[in-house]
Amino acid sequence: MTTYLIRRFFQSVVTLFIVSIATFGMLHLMPNGVARAMLGKNYNPTSLATLNHKLGLDRPLIVQYWNWLDRLVIHFDLGYSYQRNQSVNDLLKETLGQSMYIVGLALFFTIALSVPLGVLQATRRNTVTDYTITTFSFIAYAVPVFFLGVVLRDVFQVQFHLIPIANQIDSFHAAFSQPGQMILPVATLVVSGVAGYSRYMRSSMLDEITQDYVRTAVAKGATKRRVLYGHVLRNAMIPMVTLIGLSLPALVGGALLVEQIFNIQGIGVLTINAALQNDFVIVLGTTMLTAIVTVIGSLIADISYAALDPRVRLT
Amino acid sequence: MDEIIAESPEVGDNVPSAEQMLGLEPTEKPRSMFRRGLEVFLENRLAVVAFGVLVFYVLLCFLGPLVYHGNTSHVQMDEITLAPGPSHPLGTDQNGVDELGKLMKAGQISLEIGIASGVLASVIGMLYGAIAGYVGGWIDAVMMRTIDALLSIPLIFALIYLASTLGRTKTVFIMVIALTSWFSLTRLTRGDTLTIKVRDYVAACRMMGGRSPRIIFRHILPNTIGTTIVNTSLSIANSVFALSVLSYIGLGLQAPNDDWGGMFANGSSYLDQNYWWMIYPPGVSIVLIIISCNFIGDALRDAFETRLQKR
Repeated sequence: MTTYLIRRFFQSVVTLFIVSIATFGMLHLMPNGVARAMLGKNYNPTSLATLNHKLGLDRPLIVQYWNWLDRLVIHFDLGYSYQRNQSVNDLLKETLGQSMYIVGLALFFTIALSVPLGVLQATRRNTVTDYTITTFSFIAYAVPVFFLGVVLRDVFQVQFHLIPIANQIDSFHAAFSQPGQMILPVATLVVSGVAGYSRYMRSSMLDEITQDYVRTAVAKGATKRRVLYGHVLRNAMIPMVTLIGLSLPALVGGALLVEQIFNIQGIGVLTINAALQNDFVIVLGTTMLTAIVTVIGSLIADISYAALDPRVRLT
Repeated sequence: MDEIIAESPEVGDNVPSAEQMLGLEPTEKPRSMFRRGLEVFLENRLAVVAFGVLVFYVLLCFLGPLVYHGNTSHVQMDEITLAPGPSHPLGTDQNGVDELGKLMKAGQISLEIGIASGVLASVIGMLYGAIAGYVGGWIDAVMMRTIDALLSIPLIFALIYLASTLGRTKTVFIMVIALTSWFSLTRLTRGDTLTIKVRDYVAACRMMGGRSPRIIFRHILPNTIGTTIVNTSLSIANSVFALSVLSYIGLGLQAPNDDWGGMFANGSSYLDQNYWWMIYPPGVSIVLIIISCNFIGDALRDAFETRLQKR
């Protein structure tokens, strides 16, 4: 187990290193790079040279990368937005809470719904129930998150007035204290999440049902109920752990769109607005942050997987 | 627990008997992979319908404007936000622009960029996977770890980042979307390559002096083409989706050259006024194209992935 942990941890560090090169490279491969983008309309050769020097952008790329990495790793400093005159860390402090809240709620309800649905489909395989759920999840899987969100808004807020139209949610407190406003954003993410997860749960259940230990249990005379919930379900849940780790990027990406649709000032809206204003330092910061979170998420998922399934440790 | 018993595999009619294979009995001319694939594909009703939807949209967007002349270029203040009616089958937008005409024009952009970047992504993914798998060793390890790393950047963030830094033109969008969506095919092609490169015919080719490019292009890639075709279909769906996401958040092509995502974004900002005809036609078009491409991809998988047929 220790060897596995060390190897897996080392892998994550390498991954993050490559991610950092890629994100840093993307920004600095632009013609005239950061400074030009920051100056925008105020661009002229003199101001460009001044700003380049001030930001240390006239130094060799490798030195710049090293400085950036040094600040990132040692101080977790994601940069400073000169357009907003605020550090990216401060901006994240204002936005991260509500984003994490939505993603957390969405993840919770997605799992809570897709496990029973997957079990239902697996136990009633090739029946009307199975086909109905399959059809719906196939459609839900193909519908883009932004379309689903707008449809839900249209139905529940505009047509039937079931949920009042939200005022802007700009802090974790605002998000937490207005659970009614969270229903539609979370539902949007849950519907598209359940579509994928329940399919996975279904096939995971079916994989386990065909195992030898199930036949043994049936032969011993265990009830169907006991076999299904005592043995099959517990084992079928294990691959779900990996799935959660793998689907984190999609979930974070979906949350970005949901924030835009439902007027929530989270990390997604921060990124979009920064991109629209050519404030690339922020975009670089949030991209790097989500990548770090994703890598840590999949690391945790893999470790839990190894802890739950002894077979993994041996390989 | 009756479900446990798997259905016995069906033996297709086109599997030659042992006598035929040994040449003891006159065989009919072996059908090409594409012919056989086409037959399996046509058996899948859903895929045929999906293909029909795709053809319908291509005809609507590219030939429609020749027949239907709606106002798509100038502001007409006396015709703003009209509900669908005889003179405007899909109504008009906030500038009095005809929605059906706009849907056709935007569809051209969505489909062009979607198909171009879907195909480009497949080419990149196929070549990268074949090279990594063929070369092997530490180069392979570095190439694949790089993909693992790039996959951990959420797609939308990567798209926003690239689209906003590289500028917003059609070419940039094709490149950006292709560059962020070739990873899954690479893994599949690499897997195929690993099994193909140890086959006897590859060894024979090498022995006769065939160089690596020849082996990759003449022997390995043609044998992975099934996977690539399947993936191209799914990749087109992803590209249409990615483009519409970018347009929806305002980072797509600018009006009047916007795609369906841009039309949808524009319409949904008038959601509270209940101008449904500005929202649902482009939205449903995006969904239909994505679902169709997915169904076609599934059917192509049944048709071309011979591993599944041999079951």
